Amino acid sequence: MKILVGLKRVVDYNVRIQVKPDGSGVVTDGVKMSINPFDEIALEEALRLREAGKASEVVVVSIGSSDAQQQLRTGLAMGADRAILVESDQPMQPLTAARVFLELANREQPGLIILGKQAIDDDCNQTGQMLAALWQRPQATFASKLELDGDSAQVTREIDAGLETIAVDLPAVVTTDLRLNEPRFVKLPDIMKAKRKPLDVVPFADMNIEVATPITTTHYDSPPQRQRGVMVEDAAALVAMLKDKGLLS
Amino acid sequence: MSKVLIVAEHDGKTLNASTGKCVSCAQTISGADIDILVLAIDASSVAAEAAALTGVSRVLTVEASHNEHALAATWAPQIAALADSYSHVFGPSTTFGKDLMPRVAALLGVEQVSDIMAVEGAYTFKRPIYAGNAIVSVSVDEGSKVVATVRTASYSAAAGGGSATIEPADVAVELPSHTRFVGLEAGGGDRPDLQTATRVVSGGRALGSEENFKIIYDLADRLGAGCGASRAAVDAGYVPNDMQVGQTGKIIAPDLYIAIGISGAIQHLTGIKDAGTIVAINKDADAPIFEVADIGLVGDLFKIIPEIEAAL
Repeated sequence: MKILVGLKRVVDYNVRIQVKPDGSGVVTDGVKMSINPFDEIALEEALRLREAGKASEVVVVSIGSSDAQQQLRTGLAMGADRAILVESDQPMQPLTAARVFLELANREQPGLIILGKQAIDDDCNQTGQMLAALWQRPQATFASKLELDGDSAQVTREIDAGLETIAVDLPAVVTTDLRLNEPRFVKLPDIMKAKRKPLDVVPFADMNIEVATPITTTHYDSPPQRQRGVMVEDAAALVAMLKDKGLLS
Repeated sequence: MSKVLIVAEHDGKTLNASTGKCVSCAQTISGADIDILVLAIDASSVAAEAAALTGVSRVLTVEASHNEHALAATWAPQIAALADSYSHVFGPSTTFGKDLMPRVAALLGVEQVSDIMAVEGAYTFKRPIYAGNAIVSVSVDEGSKVVATVRTASYSAAAGGGSATIEPADVAVELPSHTRFVGLEAGGGDRPDLQTATRVVSGGRALGSEENFKIIYDLADRLGAGCGASRAAVDAGYVPNDMQVGQTGKIIAPDLYIAIGISGAIQHLTGIKDAGTIVAINKDADAPIFEVADIGLVGDLFKIIPEIEAAL
């Protein structure tokens, strides 16, 4: 069984995001870029399935500018077998991204597509669900446990009410939550090896995909900041203040 | 005129408060006509609650055994089929709505607006990106249907006292059998629900162990509060995942939030920035949580919590 994994290039988790003063975007010049953390978890899960003999090939996919080759190389160094970059200089919204994955699903015929539940830049949390709809296949979102069992999978999902388990027939789309696994660190010799692994670049324009009418972003604002309040000396003063504000009776 | 269909979140018996928050959001669209859709095996009690929300015109019900559990693969085609006569389809930005609504949007062939925090017009909205570190104004093409999730922490639930009509809806679509509900291991217990509690007490990594977390539960129970945790505490295995507050956990807006032994990573602060009053208790006076706290207290939590309980 083949597994496709999506790797999105995003501003690194640790970068403090600044909105440009003219409201035209956020500052991304010169900031560190990384694989979206949820996508790293997706790749780790795919690699573990291959190492357990349940998958034969792991293919990492990114959609974006040629810079995303860096993240694909990192994915290859982690252990993916090959990579595909769908190259486009235009930012792509989730439905169009899902259409790209659908086209790749038709070409590659994977048994499983694992994506991060959301990208930490646009925080959309949509692409996996949209892909599953277009592919007319099951979705198991926010997965914290994934067990393959022949032609189906049991997936434990982190939902507001607790842990839900569903069974899905393969092929299926799984999106990852934080506690599915802890991704491995890349070792130096693997970085060298990754340079020789295949990375196909497919121009988006050659895929004949209709771009869905995009949602237009007209302005960026900084969020309202909370102000630093007061410090109290001890628990008694804290309780007195809360009672004073009517927050405790 | 805008016609809004809101997909009800419920557990089969009770309507989730997130649905009333979606109604409040929809009401800020000028002149909107609002319907609620209840998919269930038996919709009676949930539909009655939905009909009582003010501002709702009709409650549509689709009762069927396949609607017992909220499986997106089963629910989305029914919602998409019923969406025809609506300009907007809303769901809450809870795990329920996050799972379901993009599948609806894809079936309708439109991009989705995630996490509406403010309505500026029928087709223009504000939403957070980058863990809430930027707020964007977005506009949907006016010829498109708007499919969106509503950021529940940005709205209070619509009041009761309404009297919408309840009517069954006909929906004839083919449903897949490829996705099956197996089970739910519910967390929480008797404490107030984290997302609707007016008071929340949360603990962080400084608690040190699952056993030590009892001190947080006990304080929460004394205060009649819901109980939350930082990602660090969840990852360390002190508490179950459904207690996580933050960018990738729950976004909450209680009147009182007490953060105990939580340093205050940006991802955690994202989950509490709409809280009324934030109290921080931490032994590190330089912890970032104090930058946003309305009231701060530096010290050892194991000493301070008993002192708070004594002072109550």
